[in-house]
Amino acid sequence: MNALAARQTRRARPTGAPASAFPARMVRLVSLGAGVVAWEVYGRAVHSPIFTYPSAVAAAGVDLVRTGELPSYLGSSLVVFSLGLLLAVAVGIPLGVLMGRRAMVEHAIDPWVNVFYAMPMVALIPVLVMWLGFQTKAKVIIVFLFCVFPVLINTYQGVRSTDARLLEVARSFCSPEGRLWRDVVLPSAAPFIVAGVRLALGRGLVGMVVSEFYTTITGLGYMIVQYANTFRTDRLFVPIVVLMIMGVGLTGLLRSLERRIAPWHVPGQE
Amino acid sequence: MVVVDGVAKRFRQGATAALETCSLEVRARELLCILGPSGSGKTTLLRIIDGLLRPDSGRVLIGGTEVTAPRPDVAMVFQHFGLLPWKTVYDNVAYGLRVQGRPEPEVRRVVPRYIEAVGLTGFEASYPYQLSGGMQQRVGLARALAVDPAVLLMDEPFGSLDAQTRELMQEELLRIWRSHPKTLVFVTHSIDEAIVLGDRIALMTHRPGRIREIVDVDIARPRDPEAVRLSPRYLELRSYVWQRLRSEVGARGAP
Ligand SMILES: Nc1ncnc2c1ncn2[C@@H]1O[C@H](COP(=O)(O)OP(=O)(O)O)[C@@H](O)[C@H]1O
Ligand SMILES: [Mg+2]
Repeated sequence: MNALAARQTRRARPTGAPASAFPARMVRLVSLGAGVVAWEVYGRAVHSPIFTYPSAVAAAGVDLVRTGELPSYLGSSLVVFSLGLLLAVAVGIPLGVLMGRRAMVEHAIDPWVNVFYAMPMVALIPVLVMWLGFQTKAKVIIVFLFCVFPVLINTYQGVRSTDARLLEVARSFCSPEGRLWRDVVLPSAAPFIVAGVRLALGRGLVGMVVSEFYTTITGLGYMIVQYANTFRTDRLFVPIVVLMIMGVGLTGLLRSLERRIAPWHVPGQE
Repeated sequence: MVVVDGVAKRFRQGATAALETCSLEVRARELLCILGPSGSGKTTLLRIIDGLLRPDSGRVLIGGTEVTAPRPDVAMVFQHFGLLPWKTVYDNVAYGLRVQGRPEPEVRRVVPRYIEAVGLTGFEASYPYQLSGGMQQRVGLARALAVDPAVLLMDEPFGSLDAQTRELMQEELLRIWRSHPKTLVFVTHSIDEAIVLGDRIALMTHRPGRIREIVDVDIARPRDPEAVRLSPRYLELRSYVWQRLRSEVGARGAP
């Protein structure tokens, strides 16, 4: 299975690039390992109070877990992140479908989407914090704003790319509009929607961390600010590594969902 | 049963009409084939009969009432099959019943019957992409039959199948139609298919589309397509219809 995947990767390589004798997965692991080891060696050699290295970060991580600081701040970050993302999905998908199905809604929402999706949302954070306060509610709304546009836009595009022939089939069988969403439009747009959620994840994490920089009460972003201000670099890297793992893990999860969600895209597959 | 009364359709202002004063009467429970070269407006006519498209002028009556929108008692089998790729064979066949709000016990009773009628028992849990073209169109046929329509419209349903599958499907259709008699309008561009299947054949002219002539097939049922193809009547019809179509093709200056 692994060997097969590697062979397919190699075949997919553009001609001209020499085929590697090593499996892709192994090269990746070695590269990652070499990076970590180099950091460790260099970090120990530097001997600076504001520099750190992986084993010190790991020790700080164990410490922060034991004191309960990391679990508690991670918990509060996760609450903010998942509420914001869920809200974005709950608003973005129906609104995206409406935009795709009703020209009036499309024209009404389109300019707002253009304005807000194109601008760097971080610019709004200070004013949002000023208006909404420092509590969870404010941060959830910020994460929501970061997440909603990719979900909305992808859903809309997915709906617009629904096969017109299938829409006609639905009409021919006298399907009501609500059933049409369920039977045709949403399944057809599903791969687009999942891709939109994957993009939203990345933006949502940014929104979460930056909003915690500004509200500085709790959360991973708060940990980062706090330990940067006190020059505890080993501890500072703990939330960073956690964010890295969250980003990679969630994105990977969504990618595998994307591959699984529309098996009919691969004709002749068993 | 189905009356097409002077229907005309032009897709764009100034363009050649796709259909021009097209009139046709389909009798109850007959199998009428509409035969015409590609681009002669057969699909357009069928979409108008199904209520998917409004004619510019003229009207369509089914069972005495004018068609203004798709109706549950008329079902269509599409050339492109039109199956929902994310639904299993079972759910595709159940599709029409469910969107028309039939109760689930009825769905459970009816669906297996039509899956069996088209010979797909055992494939209920398969997805369309796992089936051959012929099997996919059996699903399309079962889906249309399952709503028990008074009128069944078929738009070149076997047009994209290979020759052997196609002949097999024609036999199957005749068998199914015998046990589930309906008013059936079958569009094709194959003379052979029209003769083998039809009670009558409506010949369409090329752009603007119009019914030029209706030919009685006059071959007894039940039919065995193989035997039909060897009969003198088949050869006679074939050459007659071919002549008519050839003059049609000639009329637009094609080779
Ligand atoms: N939706 C449409 N918009 C514009 N022109 C169309 C449309 N559908 C069909 N036509 C035109 O109308 C004519 C008849 O098409 P069609 O009914 O599909 O013929 P057939 O099914 O006999 O091949 C063709 O010239 C085609 O280009
Ligand atoms: Mg056609």
